[in-house]
Amino acid sequence: MNEPDCNPNQETFVINLGPQHPATHGVLRVKLTMDGEYIVHAEPVLGYIHRMHEKMGENRTWAQFLPNTARLDYLGALSYNHGYVQVVERAAGIEVPERAEYIRVITVELNRIASHLLWYGAFVLDLGGFTPLLYAFDDREHVLDLLESVTGARLTFCYFRFGGVYNDIDEPFITGTRAFIKRLRSRLPDYHNLVTKNIIMIKRLKEVGPISAEMCRRYGATGPVLRGSGVCYDVRKNEPYSVYPELDFDIPVYSECDSMARYMVRMDEIDQCLRIIEQALDKLPDGPVMAEKAPKIIKPPVGDYYGAVEAARGTFGIRVVSDGTNTPYRMKLRSPTFSNLSLFGEASRGMLLADALALMGSLDLVIPEIDR
Amino acid sequence: MSGYFCELYSGTKSLFVGLGITFRYMLKPVVTLQYPHESLPMSARFRGHIELIGDEETGAPKCVVCGMCQKGCPSNCISLAGEKPEGGKGKVLTSYILDFTKCSLCGQCVESCKFGAIRFSKDYNLAGPRKEAYIFDLLKRLEEKGR
Repeated sequence: MNEPDCNPNQETFVINLGPQHPATHGVLRVKLTMDGEYIVHAEPVLGYIHRMHEKMGENRTWAQFLPNTARLDYLGALSYNHGYVQVVERAAGIEVPERAEYIRVITVELNRIASHLLWYGAFVLDLGGFTPLLYAFDDREHVLDLLESVTGARLTFCYFRFGGVYNDIDEPFITGTRAFIKRLRSRLPDYHNLVTKNIIMIKRLKEVGPISAEMCRRYGATGPVLRGSGVCYDVRKNEPYSVYPELDFDIPVYSECDSMARYMVRMDEIDQCLRIIEQALDKLPDGPVMAEKAPKIIKPPVGDYYGAVEAARGTFGIRVVSDGTNTPYRMKLRSPTFSNLSLFGEASRGMLLADALALMGSLDLVIPEIDR
Repeated sequence: MSGYFCELYSGTKSLFVGLGITFRYMLKPVVTLQYPHESLPMSARFRGHIELIGDEETGAPKCVVCGMCQKGCPSNCISLAGEKPEGGKGKVLTSYILDFTKCSLCGQCVESCKFGAIRFSKDYNLAGPRKEAYIFDLLKRLEEKGR
Protein backbone atom coordinates (compact mmCIF):
# COMPACT_ATOMS: atom_id res chain seq x y z
CA MET A 1 0.00 0.00 0.00
CA ASN A 2 1.04 3.55 -0.56
CA GLU A 3 2.81 5.31 2.27
CA PRO A 4 0.33 7.61 4.04
CA ASP A 5 2.54 10.69 3.57
CA CYS A 6 2.39 10.28 -0.23
CA ASN A 7 -1.31 11.04 -0.12
CA PRO A 8 -1.89 13.14 3.01
CA ASN A 9 -5.48 14.10 2.22
CA GLN A 10 -6.45 10.49 1.39
CA GLU A 11 -7.72 11.61 -2.00
CA THR A 12 -9.08 8.80 -4.13
CA PHE A 13 -10.82 8.55 -7.46
CA VAL A 14 -13.21 6.02 -8.95
CA ILE A 15 -12.75 4.29 -12.28
CA ASN A 16 -14.93 1.75 -13.98
CA LEU A 17 -13.27 -1.36 -15.29
CA GLY A 18 -15.81 -2.59 -17.82
CA PRO A 19 -18.59 -3.47 -18.56
CA GLN A 20 -16.91 -3.31 -21.97
CA HIS A 21 -13.28 -3.98 -21.21
CA PRO A 22 -11.04 -6.56 -22.90
CA ALA A 23 -9.55 -7.76 -19.61
CA THR A 24 -12.90 -8.67 -18.08
CA HIS A 25 -13.70 -11.06 -20.97
CA GLY A 26 -17.36 -10.21 -21.06
CA VAL A 27 -19.70 -7.73 -19.51
CA LEU A 28 -18.34 -7.60 -15.99
CA ARG A 29 -18.01 -4.19 -14.39
CA VAL A 30 -15.66 -3.58 -11.52
CA LYS A 31 -15.90 -0.26 -9.71
CA LEU A 32 -12.40 0.56 -8.56
CA THR A 33 -11.60 3.19 -5.95
CA MET A 34 -8.01 4.11 -6.65
CA ASP A 35 -5.28 5.84 -4.75
CA GLY A 36 -3.00 6.62 -7.66
CA GLU A 37 -2.02 3.27 -9.15
CA TYR A 38 -3.16 1.36 -6.06
CA ILE A 39 -6.57 -0.14 -5.47
CA VAL A 40 -8.28 0.98 -2.27
CA HIS A 41 -11.54 -0.79 -2.91
CA ALA A 42 -12.85 -2.97 -5.72
CA GLU A 43 -16.52 -3.74 -6.11
CA PRO A 44 -17.68 -6.14 -8.83
CA VAL A 45 -21.02 -5.06 -10.31
CA LEU A 46 -22.94 -7.94 -11.79
CA GLY A 47 -26.12 -8.45 -13.73
CA TYR A 48 -25.28 -7.15 -17.21
CA ILE A 49 -25.91 -10.52 -18.81
CA HIS A 50 -28.45 -12.00 -16.43
CA ARG A 51 -30.86 -14.26 -18.36
CA MET A 52 -32.92 -15.88 -15.58
CA HIS A 53 -31.75 -19.42 -16.27
CA GLU A 54 -33.06 -20.62 -12.92
CA LYS A 55 -36.50 -19.21 -13.59
CA MET A 56 -36.42 -20.60 -17.12
CA GLY A 57 -35.80 -24.02 -15.59
CA GLU A 58 -39.05 -23.75 -13.67
CA ASN A 59 -41.01 -22.97 -16.81
CA ARG A 60 -40.01 -25.81 -19.09
CA THR A 61 -39.89 -29.56 -18.91
CA TRP A 62 -36.86 -31.36 -17.52
CA ALA A 63 -35.54 -32.25 -20.97
CA GLN A 64 -36.18 -28.79 -22.35
CA PHE A 65 -33.74 -27.27 -19.86
CA LEU A 66 -30.82 -29.26 -21.32
CA PRO A 67 -29.73 -26.65 -23.91
CA ASN A 68 -29.72 -23.98 -21.17
CA THR A 69 -26.98 -25.76 -19.26
CA ALA A 70 -24.63 -25.26 -22.21
CA ARG A 71 -25.18 -21.53 -22.07
CA LEU A 72 -24.02 -21.00 -18.52
CA ASP A 73 -20.33 -21.60 -19.07
CA TYR A 74 -19.98 -21.68 -22.82
CA LEU A 75 -16.31 -22.70 -22.59
CA GLY A 76 -16.88 -25.85 -20.58
CA ALA A 77 -20.46 -26.64 -21.52
CA LEU A 78 -20.23 -30.41 -21.22
CA SER A 79 -19.44 -30.34 -17.48
CA TYR A 80 -22.66 -28.41 -16.93
CA ASN A 81 -24.59 -30.82 -19.15
CA HIS A 82 -23.11 -33.59 -17.04
CA GLY A 83 -24.06 -32.02 -13.72
CA TYR A 84 -27.65 -31.52 -14.78
CA VAL A 85 -28.30 -34.93 -16.34
CA GLN A 86 -26.62 -36.60 -13.39
CA VAL A 87 -28.84 -35.04 -10.76
CA VAL A 88 -32.01 -35.70 -12.77
CA GLU A 89 -30.95 -39.30 -13.41
CA ARG A 90 -30.44 -39.79 -9.70
CA ALA A 91 -33.82 -38.22 -8.97
CA ALA A 92 -35.67 -40.30 -11.54
CA GLY A 93 -33.69 -43.47 -10.82
CA ILE A 94 -32.31 -43.94 -14.33
CA GLU A 95 -29.38 -46.32 -14.75
CA VAL A 96 -26.77 -45.14 -17.25
CA PRO A 97 -24.91 -47.75 -19.37
CA GLU A 98 -21.21 -47.98 -18.63
CA ARG A 99 -20.18 -47.09 -22.17
CA ALA A 100 -22.17 -43.88 -21.95
CA GLU A 101 -20.43 -42.97 -18.68
CA TYR A 102 -17.01 -43.49 -20.28
CA ILE A 103 -18.00 -41.40 -23.29
CA ARG A 104 -19.17 -38.68 -20.91
CA VAL A 105 -15.84 -38.66 -19.11
CA ILE A 106 -13.84 -38.58 -22.36
CA THR A 107 -15.83 -35.69 -23.82
CA VAL A 108 -15.95 -33.73 -20.55
CA GLU A 109 -12.19 -33.98 -20.15
CA LEU A 110 -11.63 -32.95 -23.77
CA ASN A 111 -13.86 -29.97 -23.07
CA ARG A 112 -11.85 -29.18 -19.94
CA ILE A 113 -8.65 -29.14 -22.00
CA ALA A 114 -10.29 -26.81 -24.54
CA SER A 115 -11.38 -24.53 -21.71
CA HIS A 116 -7.94 -24.45 -20.10
CA LEU A 117 -6.26 -23.84 -23.46
CA LEU A 118 -8.49 -20.85 -24.08
CA TRP A 119 -7.82 -19.57 -20.58
CA TYR A 120 -4.07 -20.01 -21.14
CA GLY A 121 -4.21 -17.94 -24.33
CA ALA A 122 -6.45 -15.25 -22.89
CA PHE A 123 -4.53 -15.02 -19.62
CA VAL A 124 -1.19 -14.49 -21.34
CA LEU A 125 -2.92 -12.01 -23.64
CA ASP A 126 -4.06 -10.07 -20.55
CA LEU A 127 -0.44 -9.88 -19.48
CA GLY A 128 0.59 -8.57 -22.89
CA GLY A 129 1.81 -11.71 -24.66
CA PHE A 130 0.05 -12.31 -27.94
CA THR A 131 1.82 -15.30 -29.52
CA PRO A 132 0.82 -18.08 -27.03
CA LEU A 133 -2.84 -17.36 -27.77
CA LEU A 134 -2.34 -18.46 -31.37
CA TYR A 135 -0.65 -21.72 -30.37
CA ALA A 136 -3.33 -22.47 -27.77
CA PHE A 137 -6.11 -21.79 -30.26
CA ASP A 138 -4.44 -24.07 -32.79
CA ASP A 139 -4.61 -26.95 -30.31
CA ARG A 140 -8.06 -25.99 -29.10
CA GLU A 141 -9.29 -26.13 -32.67
CA HIS A 142 -8.35 -29.81 -32.76
CA VAL A 143 -10.43 -30.49 -29.63
CA LEU A 144 -13.38 -28.59 -31.07
CA ASP A 145 -13.15 -30.56 -34.32
CA LEU A 146 -13.22 -33.80 -32.33
CA LEU A 147 -16.16 -32.70 -30.23
CA GLU A 148 -18.00 -31.40 -33.28
CA SER A 149 -17.66 -34.79 -34.94
CA VAL A 150 -19.63 -36.44 -32.09
CA THR A 151 -21.87 -33.69 -30.72
CA GLY A 152 -22.57 -31.64 -33.84
CA ALA A 153 -21.71 -28.37 -32.11
CA ARG A 154 -18.48 -26.54 -31.48
CA LEU A 155 -19.24 -24.57 -28.34
CA THR A 156 -22.72 -24.83 -26.87
CA PHE A 157 -22.86 -28.61 -26.72
CA CYS A 158 -26.08 -30.34 -25.82
CA TYR A 159 -24.83 -33.89 -25.97
CA PHE A 160 -25.86 -35.75 -22.83
CA ARG A 161 -29.36 -37.08 -22.35
CA PHE A 162 -31.14 -38.53 -19.34
CA GLY A 163 -29.94 -42.12 -19.46
CA GLY A 164 -26.95 -41.78 -21.76
CA VAL A 165 -25.60 -39.74 -24.62
CA TYR A 166 -27.12 -38.55 -27.88
CA ASN A 167 -24.69 -40.25 -30.28
CA ASP A 168 -22.21 -43.07 -30.00
CA ILE A 169 -18.55 -42.28 -30.64
CA ASP A 170 -16.96 -43.83 -33.69
CA GLU A 171 -13.55 -45.14 -34.67
CA PRO A 172 -12.33 -41.90 -36.32
CA PHE A 173 -13.09 -40.06 -33.07
CA ILE A 174 -11.06 -42.55 -31.03
CA THR A 175 -8.06 -42.47 -33.36
CA GLY A 176 -8.38 -38.69 -33.64
CA THR A 177 -8.39 -38.34 -29.85
CA ARG A 178 -5.33 -40.57 -29.48
CA ALA A 179 -3.54 -38.51 -32.11
CA PHE A 180 -4.52 -35.34 -30.27
CA ILE A 181 -3.17 -36.66 -26.96
CA LYS A 182 0.17 -37.33 -28.64
CA ARG A 183 0.15 -33.95 -30.30
CA LEU A 184 -0.65 -31.96 -27.16
CA ARG A 185 1.95 -33.87 -25.13
CA SER A 186 4.59 -32.83 -27.67
CA ARG A 187 3.39 -29.23 -27.54
CA LEU A 188 3.16 -28.78 -23.76
CA PRO A 189 6.96 -28.43 -23.29
CA ASP A 190 6.85 -25.57 -25.80
CA TYR A 191 4.07 -23.92 -23.77
CA HIS A 192 6.20 -24.14 -20.66
CA ASN A 193 9.39 -22.94 -22.33
CA LEU A 194 7.58 -20.08 -24.01
CA VAL A 195 5.46 -18.88 -21.08
CA THR A 196 6.02 -20.63 -17.75
CA LYS A 197 9.77 -20.09 -17.71
CA ASN A 198 9.59 -16.63 -19.26
CA ILE A 199 11.14 -14.06 -16.94
CA ILE A 200 8.44 -11.44 -17.60
CA MET A 201 5.73 -13.97 -16.77
CA ILE A 202 7.51 -15.01 -13.58
CA LYS A 203 7.94 -11.40 -12.48
CA ARG A 204 4.28 -10.65 -13.14
CA LEU A 205 2.87 -13.72 -11.39
CA LYS A 206 5.21 -14.96 -8.64
CA GLU A 207 4.19 -13.72 -5.19
CA VAL A 208 1.50 -11.54 -6.76
CA GLY A 209 -2.19 -11.75 -5.86
CA PRO A 210 -2.11 -13.91 -2.76
CA ILE A 211 -5.33 -15.76 -1.98
CA SER A 212 -5.11 -17.76 1.22
CA ALA A 213 -6.90 -21.04 1.80
CA GLU A 214 -8.79 -19.36 4.62
CA MET A 215 -10.06 -16.65 2.22
CA CYS A 216 -11.11 -19.33 -0.27
CA ARG A 217 -13.12 -21.06 2.43
CA ARG A 218 -14.83 -17.85 3.48
CA TYR A 219 -15.96 -17.05 -0.06
CA GLY A 220 -16.57 -20.64 -1.15
CA ALA A 221 -13.97 -20.51 -3.91
CA THR A 222 -13.36 -23.84 -5.60
CA GLY A 223 -11.50 -25.32 -8.52
CA PRO A 224 -8.00 -24.24 -9.55
CA VAL A 225 -8.29 -21.14 -7.31
CA LEU A 226 -8.67 -23.33 -4.22
CA ARG A 227 -6.10 -25.87 -5.38
CA GLY A 228 -3.65 -23.03 -6.03
CA SER A 229 -4.03 -22.17 -2.33
CA GLY A 230 -2.86 -25.55 -1.18
CA VAL A 231 -6.21 -27.23 -0.54
CA CYS A 232 -6.61 -30.56 -2.26
CA TYR A 233 -10.30 -30.48 -3.09
CA ASP A 234 -11.71 -31.82 -6.31
CA VAL A 235 -15.24 -33.21 -6.61
CA ARG A 236 -13.93 -35.95 -8.90
CA LYS A 237 -11.89 -37.32 -5.97
CA ASN A 238 -13.76 -36.10 -2.89
CA GLU A 239 -17.28 -37.02 -3.97
CA PRO A 240 -16.58 -39.37 -6.89
CA TYR A 241 -19.21 -39.56 -9.58
CA SER A 242 -19.50 -41.24 -12.99
CA VAL A 243 -16.53 -43.57 -13.65
CA TYR A 244 -13.83 -41.33 -12.15
CA PRO A 245 -13.10 -43.78 -9.27
CA GLU A 246 -11.97 -46.35 -11.85
CA LEU A 247 -9.44 -43.99 -13.41
CA ASP A 248 -6.04 -43.17 -12.03
CA PHE A 249 -5.21 -39.47 -11.95
CA ASP A 250 -3.70 -36.90 -9.61
CA ILE A 251 -5.06 -33.61 -8.38
CA PRO A 252 -2.44 -30.89 -8.89
CA VAL A 253 -2.09 -28.76 -5.77
CA TYR A 254 0.23 -25.79 -5.24
CA SER A 255 0.52 -24.09 -1.89
CA GLU A 256 2.14 -20.81 -2.99
CA CYS A 257 -1.29 -19.07 -3.09
CA ASP A 258 -0.11 -16.64 -5.81
CA SER A 259 -1.20 -16.15 -9.42
CA MET A 260 1.60 -18.44 -10.56
CA ALA A 261 0.23 -21.31 -8.42
CA ARG A 262 -3.20 -20.99 -10.05
CA TYR A 263 -1.53 -20.91 -13.45
CA MET A 264 0.47 -24.06 -12.67
CA VAL A 265 -2.59 -25.92 -11.38
CA ARG A 266 -4.37 -25.45 -14.69
CA MET A 267 -1.32 -26.35 -16.76
CA ASP A 268 -0.84 -29.56 -14.75
CA GLU A 269 -4.53 -30.28 -15.03
CA ILE A 270 -4.24 -30.37 -18.83
CA ASP A 271 -1.67 -33.11 -18.36
CA GLN A 272 -3.94 -35.04 -15.99
CA CYS A 273 -6.90 -34.67 -18.39
CA LEU A 274 -4.81 -36.34 -21.09
CA ARG A 275 -4.09 -39.20 -18.66
CA ILE A 276 -7.78 -39.60 -17.87
CA ILE A 277 -8.79 -39.62 -21.54
CA GLU A 278 -6.10 -42.12 -22.43
CA GLN A 279 -7.22 -44.55 -19.69
CA ALA A 280 -10.91 -44.08 -20.50
CA LEU A 281 -10.23 -44.87 -24.16
CA ASP A 282 -8.36 -48.02 -23.16
CA LYS A 283 -11.14 -49.17 -20.83
CA LEU A 284 -14.03 -48.15 -23.11
CA PRO A 285 -16.52 -51.03 -22.94
CA ASP A 286 -18.93 -52.08 -25.69
CA GLY A 287 -22.65 -51.80 -25.29
CA PRO A 288 -25.49 -49.35 -25.64
CA VAL A 289 -25.04 -45.62 -25.08
CA MET A 290 -28.60 -45.02 -23.98
CA ALA A 291 -30.46 -46.73 -21.14
CA GLU A 292 -33.16 -48.98 -22.52
CA LYS A 293 -35.60 -48.13 -19.75
CA ALA A 294 -35.09 -44.37 -19.94
CA PRO A 295 -38.56 -42.84 -19.92
CA LYS A 296 -39.48 -40.40 -22.68
CA ILE A 297 -41.22 -38.05 -20.29
CA ILE A 298 -39.31 -37.50 -17.08
CA LYS A 299 -41.29 -37.03 -13.87
CA PRO A 300 -38.93 -37.47 -10.91
CA PRO A 301 -40.63 -38.36 -7.62
CA VAL A 302 -41.33 -35.55 -5.17
CA GLY A 303 -38.13 -34.55 -3.44
CA ASP A 304 -35.13 -32.31 -3.14
CA TYR A 305 -32.00 -33.35 -5.03
CA TYR A 306 -28.48 -31.98 -5.19
CA GLY A 307 -25.57 -33.00 -7.34
CA ALA A 308 -22.16 -31.51 -8.01
CA VAL A 309 -19.51 -31.95 -10.66
CA GLU A 310 -16.02 -30.59 -11.10
CA ALA A 311 -16.26 -28.12 -13.98
CA ALA A 312 -13.21 -26.46 -15.50
CA ARG A 313 -13.59 -23.52 -13.12
CA GLY A 314 -14.60 -25.29 -9.95
CA THR A 315 -17.52 -27.02 -8.32
CA PHE A 316 -20.74 -26.69 -10.25
CA GLY A 317 -23.61 -27.64 -7.99
CA ILE A 318 -27.20 -27.99 -9.02
CA ARG A 319 -30.18 -28.38 -6.74
CA VAL A 320 -33.52 -29.36 -8.16
CA VAL A 321 -36.79 -29.66 -6.31
CA SER A 322 -39.38 -31.86 -7.93
CA ASP A 323 -43.09 -31.75 -7.18
CA GLY A 324 -43.71 -34.85 -9.25
CA THR A 325 -44.76 -33.01 -12.41
CA ASN A 326 -42.97 -32.73 -15.73
CA THR A 327 -41.42 -29.35 -14.83
CA PRO A 328 -39.01 -28.66 -11.97
CA TYR A 329 -40.48 -26.81 -9.01
CA ARG A 330 -37.19 -25.09 -8.22
CA MET A 331 -33.81 -25.08 -9.90
CA LYS A 332 -30.80 -23.62 -8.14
CA LEU A 333 -27.50 -23.37 -9.96
CA ARG A 334 -24.34 -22.93 -7.93
CA SER A 335 -21.73 -21.63 -10.30
CA PRO A 336 -18.06 -21.71 -9.36
CA THR A 337 -16.95 -18.37 -10.85
CA PHE A 338 -19.51 -16.43 -8.84
CA SER A 339 -17.74 -17.46 -5.64
CA ASN A 340 -14.33 -17.11 -7.24
CA LEU A 341 -15.09 -13.53 -8.29
CA SER A 342 -16.50 -12.60 -4.86
CA LEU A 343 -13.06 -12.76 -3.30
CA PHE A 344 -11.60 -10.34 -5.87
CA GLY A 345 -12.63 -7.29 -3.82
CA GLU A 346 -10.73 -8.44 -0.75
CA ALA A 347 -7.79 -10.03 -2.55
CA SER A 348 -7.08 -7.01 -4.74
CA ARG A 349 -7.03 -4.47 -1.91
CA GLY A 350 -3.79 -2.50 -1.95
CA MET A 351 -2.59 -4.02 -5.21
CA LEU A 352 -1.32 -2.25 -8.28
CA LEU A 353 -4.01 -2.09 -10.96
CA ALA A 354 -1.87 -4.07 -13.43
CA ASP A 355 -1.29 -6.82 -10.85
CA ALA A 356 -4.98 -6.92 -10.00
CA LEU A 357 -5.72 -7.62 -13.66
CA ALA A 358 -3.24 -10.50 -13.55
CA LEU A 359 -5.09 -11.75 -10.46
CA MET A 360 -8.43 -11.42 -12.22
CA GLY A 361 -7.08 -13.33 -15.21
CA SER A 362 -5.87 -16.11 -12.93
CA LEU A 363 -9.42 -16.54 -11.57
CA ASP A 364 -10.57 -17.60 -15.06
CA LEU A 365 -13.88 -15.75 -15.11
CA VAL A 366 -16.69 -16.54 -17.50
CA ILE A 367 -19.29 -13.82 -17.09
CA PRO A 368 -22.44 -15.56 -18.39
CA GLU A 369 -21.83 -18.16 -15.75
CA ILE A 370 -21.58 -15.61 -12.94
CA ASP A 371 -24.83 -13.91 -13.95
CA ARG A 372 -26.74 -16.96 -15.15
CA MET B 1 24.83 -9.13 -6.19
CA SER B 2 25.59 -12.51 -7.75
CA GLY B 3 21.87 -13.31 -7.53
CA TYR B 4 21.14 -10.24 -9.61
CA PHE B 5 23.50 -11.34 -12.38
CA CYS B 6 22.22 -14.90 -12.20
CA GLU B 7 18.68 -13.64 -12.71
CA LEU B 8 19.81 -11.35 -15.49
CA TYR B 9 21.43 -14.30 -17.24
CA SER B 10 18.58 -16.78 -16.77
CA GLY B 11 15.98 -14.13 -17.60
CA THR B 12 17.68 -13.15 -20.84
CA LYS B 13 18.13 -16.80 -21.69
CA SER B 14 14.40 -17.47 -21.15
CA LEU B 15 13.55 -14.70 -23.62
CA PHE B 16 15.81 -16.20 -26.26
CA VAL B 17 14.38 -19.69 -25.67
CA GLY B 18 10.93 -18.21 -26.30
CA LEU B 19 12.14 -16.46 -29.43
CA GLY B 20 13.62 -19.76 -30.59
CA ILE B 21 10.22 -21.44 -30.26
CA THR B 22 8.41 -18.74 -32.20
CA PHE B 23 11.13 -18.90 -34.87
CA ARG B 24 10.67 -22.66 -35.15
CA TYR B 25 6.92 -22.26 -35.54
CA MET B 26 7.47 -19.57 -38.15
CA LEU B 27 9.13 -22.14 -40.41
CA LYS B 28 6.33 -24.69 -39.94
CA PRO B 29 3.48 -24.99 -42.43
CA VAL B 30 0.55 -22.59 -42.15
CA VAL B 31 -2.37 -23.98 -40.11
CA THR B 32 -5.04 -21.45 -41.10
CA LEU B 33 -7.23 -21.35 -44.19
CA GLN B 34 -7.96 -18.38 -46.42
CA TYR B 35 -11.69 -18.30 -45.73
CA PRO B 36 -13.92 -17.66 -47.74
CA HIS B 37 -11.69 -18.74 -50.65
CA GLU B 38 -11.05 -22.05 -48.90
CA SER B 39 -13.17 -23.85 -46.35
CA LEU B 40 -13.11 -27.13 -44.47
CA PRO B 41 -15.67 -29.88 -45.10
CA MET B 42 -18.51 -29.90 -42.59
CA SER B 43 -18.59 -32.79 -40.15
CA ALA B 44 -21.31 -35.36 -40.79
CA ARG B 45 -23.11 -34.66 -37.53
CA PHE B 46 -23.05 -30.88 -37.79
CA ARG B 47 -26.22 -29.40 -36.37
CA GLY B 48 -27.49 -26.57 -38.53
CA HIS B 49 -31.09 -25.36 -38.56
CA ILE B 50 -33.62 -28.12 -39.24
CA GLU B 51 -35.03 -29.00 -42.63
CA LEU B 52 -37.85 -31.24 -43.79
CA ILE B 53 -37.10 -34.55 -45.45
CA GLY B 54 -39.06 -35.33 -48.58
CA ASP B 55 -40.29 -38.73 -49.64
CA GLU B 56 -37.80 -40.24 -52.08
CA GLU B 57 -40.40 -41.05 -54.72
CA THR B 58 -42.98 -38.31 -54.51
CA GLY B 59 -40.90 -35.55 -52.97
CA ALA B 60 -43.74 -34.74 -50.58
CA PRO B 61 -42.74 -34.16 -46.94
CA LYS B 62 -42.68 -37.23 -44.71
CA CYS B 63 -44.24 -35.16 -41.92
CA VAL B 64 -47.59 -36.41 -40.64
CA VAL B 65 -48.37 -33.25 -38.61
CA CYS B 66 -48.31 -35.00 -35.23
CA GLY B 67 -46.87 -31.87 -33.62
CA MET B 68 -44.32 -33.64 -31.42
CA CYS B 69 -41.50 -31.38 -32.61
CA GLN B 70 -43.58 -28.35 -31.73
CA LYS B 71 -44.23 -29.74 -28.24
CA GLY B 72 -40.62 -30.76 -27.66
CA CYS B 73 -39.14 -27.40 -28.63
CA PRO B 74 -37.98 -25.46 -25.54
CA SER B 75 -38.29 -22.08 -27.23
CA ASN B 76 -41.49 -22.46 -29.28
CA CYS B 77 -39.70 -21.91 -32.59
CA ILE B 78 -41.80 -24.29 -34.63
CA SER B 79 -45.30 -23.64 -35.88
CA LEU B 80 -46.88 -26.07 -38.28
CA ALA B 81 -50.29 -26.67 -39.73
CA GLY B 82 -51.91 -29.43 -41.73
CA GLU B 83 -55.27 -30.33 -43.15
CA LYS B 84 -57.08 -33.53 -43.83
CA PRO B 85 -57.71 -33.99 -47.55
CA GLU B 86 -61.15 -35.22 -48.54
CA GLY B 87 -61.16 -38.95 -48.86
CA GLY B 88 -57.48 -39.10 -47.96
CA LYS B 89 -55.89 -40.82 -44.99
CA GLY B 90 -54.13 -38.79 -42.32
CA LYS B 91 -53.12 -35.15 -42.37
CA VAL B 92 -51.10 -33.34 -45.03
CA LEU B 93 -48.62 -30.64 -44.08
CA THR B 94 -49.66 -27.21 -45.33
CA SER B 95 -47.12 -25.00 -43.58
CA TYR B 96 -44.01 -25.46 -41.46
CA ILE B 97 -42.46 -22.27 -40.13
CA LEU B 98 -39.20 -22.25 -38.16
CA ASP B 99 -38.41 -19.10 -36.20
CA PHE B 100 -34.62 -19.41 -36.25
CA THR B 101 -34.16 -16.25 -34.15
CA LYS B 102 -35.20 -18.26 -31.08
CA CYS B 103 -33.70 -21.66 -31.98
CA SER B 104 -30.76 -22.89 -29.89
CA LEU B 105 -30.05 -25.96 -32.06
CA CYS B 106 -30.63 -28.37 -29.19
CA GLY B 107 -32.14 -31.04 -31.43
CA GLN B 108 -35.15 -31.90 -29.28
CA CYS B 109 -37.37 -31.67 -32.39
CA VAL B 110 -35.28 -34.11 -34.42
CA GLU B 111 -35.19 -36.54 -31.51
CA SER B 112 -38.91 -36.34 -30.82
CA CYS B 113 -39.83 -37.02 -34.47
CA LYS B 114 -40.83 -40.66 -34.77
CA PHE B 115 -41.31 -40.49 -38.54
CA GLY B 116 -37.83 -39.35 -39.56
CA ALA B 117 -39.31 -36.27 -41.18
CA ILE B 118 -36.79 -33.63 -40.04
CA ARG B 119 -33.03 -33.46 -39.95
CA PHE B 120 -30.27 -30.93 -39.38
CA SER B 121 -29.07 -29.05 -42.43
CA LYS B 122 -25.43 -28.25 -43.13
CA ASP B 123 -26.27 -24.64 -43.76
CA TYR B 124 -23.97 -22.41 -41.72
CA ASN B 125 -23.55 -19.34 -43.89
CA LEU B 126 -26.43 -17.51 -42.31
CA ALA B 127 -26.44 -13.74 -42.36
CA GLY B 128 -29.35 -11.46 -42.95
CA PRO B 129 -30.15 -7.76 -42.72
CA ARG B 130 -33.38 -8.10 -40.73
CA LYS B 131 -35.27 -10.42 -38.46
CA GLU B 132 -37.63 -11.69 -41.17
CA ALA B 133 -34.68 -13.31 -42.94
CA TYR B 134 -34.64 -15.90 -40.15
CA ILE B 135 -38.27 -16.93 -40.30
CA PHE B 136 -37.81 -20.00 -42.47
CA ASP B 137 -40.65 -21.54 -44.43
CA LEU B 138 -39.31 -25.08 -44.46
CA LEU B 139 -42.07 -26.45 -46.72
CA LYS B 140 -41.23 -23.88 -49.39
CA ARG B 141 -37.54 -24.72 -49.05
CA LEU B 142 -38.28 -28.41 -49.56
CA GLU B 143 -40.33 -27.65 -52.66
CA GLU B 144 -37.56 -25.46 -54.08
CA LYS B 145 -35.03 -28.19 -53.39
CA GLY B 146 -37.20 -30.76 -55.17
CA ARG B 147 -37.35 -28.71 -58.31
